[in-house]
Amino acid sequence: MLVAKVLKKSVLTVVMVIIAVLLLFPIVITFTNSLMTEQEIGINYGPIGQMNKAAAGRENPFVNLKLLPDQVTLEQYGKVLVGSPRYLMMFWNSVFMVVPIIAGQTLVAALAAYAFSKLQFRGREHLFLVYVLTMPMPFQVTLVPNYIMADKLGLLNSSNAIILPGIFAAFGVFMLRQFMLDIPYAYIEAAKMDGAGHSRIFYKIIIPMIKPGLAALVILLFVDYWNMVEQPLIFLDDPFKQPLSVYLSSINGELGIAFAASMLYMAPMVLLFLYAETYFIEGIQLSGIKG
Amino acid sequence: MEKWGFWHGFSMKKKIKKWIRKDSAAAWLFLAPSGVGFALFYLIPFAMGMIYSFMDSAVDGQFVGLDNYRELLASDSFRKASSNTFYFSVVSVPLILALSLGLAMLLNKNIYLRKWLRTTYVLPLVVPVASIILIWQMLFDWNGSLNAWLSGFGFERVDWMKTDAARNVIIVVYLWKNIGYNVILFLAGLQQIPKDYYETAQIEGAGRLRQFGSITIVYLTSTMFFVVIMSIINSFKVFRETYLIAGDYPHDSIYMMQHYMNNMFTSLDIQKLTAAATLMVGCILLIVMGLFALERRHRKYME
Repeated sequence: MLVAKVLKKSVLTVVMVIIAVLLLFPIVITFTNSLMTEQEIGINYGPIGQMNKAAAGRENPFVNLKLLPDQVTLEQYGKVLVGSPRYLMMFWNSVFMVVPIIAGQTLVAALAAYAFSKLQFRGREHLFLVYVLTMPMPFQVTLVPNYIMADKLGLLNSSNAIILPGIFAAFGVFMLRQFMLDIPYAYIEAAKMDGAGHSRIFYKIIIPMIKPGLAALVILLFVDYWNMVEQPLIFLDDPFKQPLSVYLSSINGELGIAFAASMLYMAPMVLLFLYAETYFIEGIQLSGIKG
Repeated sequence: MEKWGFWHGFSMKKKIKKWIRKDSAAAWLFLAPSGVGFALFYLIPFAMGMIYSFMDSAVDGQFVGLDNYRELLASDSFRKASSNTFYFSVVSVPLILALSLGLAMLLNKNIYLRKWLRTTYVLPLVVPVASIILIWQMLFDWNGSLNAWLSGFGFERVDWMKTDAARNVIIVVYLWKNIGYNVILFLAGLQQIPKDYYETAQIEGAGRLRQFGSITIVYLTSTMFFVVIMSIINSFKVFRETYLIAGDYPHDSIYMMQHYMNNMFTSLDIQKLTAAATLMVGCILLIVMGLFALERRHRKYME
């Protein structure tokens, strides 16, 4: 009986591990390949995109997906970081767009979420529904009016054209409201009895109690905006203002440094995720339970 | 003592009333920053877009009624884009629901390495789009690894990105990226179902399938609504990957609404773009409102 139980548990675990390995595969490959020399990458991945030139003459026309490098080197990283200023410049472009969006949206959304969850006012539910309904809309839906709006406000070709809409997106309001709904009204009542005003309640009670929500929101926003593709392409003409997400697709030709650049690009997000994982998962879960 | 109590109570009541009256003023203050920005960057643009869709030009335009829509619906590329987007959502959303629910149920069982496994499933979510494109090319190129394996087993190679197979490639990428997010949502829902429900069911002789149907699914329904909405939102985001790998004009089978709208923007066909946007907004609204209505009915039923 016990043996059967352990066996069943092991078999299940093995199945799940196989799935996990499949999911991790692209990440692991990127990492190990980032440690290869340029020559090795050239040899392995030369055949990419050579459909018609018929890799005919070659012995092995296929890409050679290799897990382990013949020779481990940090050469690629050196080239990306030191060799050209482009990577670092675009990295900072990304940071200067993403940080204000995260800080701004978290603050603005927390204030609004407090009103939507703990304060009574007319039209509350309807207004909230309007917020929620904008969430699933793809960016392209308001492309023209947003462009005209950015033009009128003088934001074109400035990162503010991306930052400002980012700050006021509805997602943060939606998520933080979910968390605030969980805070029992009694806490607020008690604070009111003690003579606390709304700003004090917000700052002293609400904010400390929704910390997992804030952490989850920060990570989700980071993931989303670190990955921006459409907005910068439309709003920023100047290639020197583009963020990192656009850079990587522009180095397609230089396969040699692409893996290291990918790793460097991925690293901040993966590290942040691993660091705050518990909060993040708790955050996502709590946002979902209430529906 | 009692008198004091009464007075105390009275003054408290007055205080609370005052508070409630002050509530709505405070509410508007708290809402103001978000409200102004939201109106400026979301509501007004939505309304403007809708108005443009009935005009012949965005600048000093004339009202032309449904002309733009007529033209739009007659356009082949719009039809292609809308049917592709529809197809993609209809296939990928149910698929990801089934797979992630399955994984979540397995993960909810007594297995080893649970925490570690959960982390791995979520990790793809934080991997940036651009980093994945490389691997994508290596796997799905004509000379890519997938074809290498296929021909190793004696099959014909497939030109993954330039035939209808591209659809499946995109579905795979979507699943890979978003499955973890859904798994943790479902996991939370599963952990909320009391264990003794299953025990009772077992004692009463209900089989596995029966338990799944009348306990798991029923108690997961509100989680399910949320997951469906998030899955639809995320299904629109696959555009980023598709765009970075295949550019403005990918293979016909993966030409999405977003491609269409982007291209209309580049070619300055504002009329078609706004009309298409308005139709898309309408469809999304219908779906989401439908889901909300269903959820409300379900909630009533549960009570």
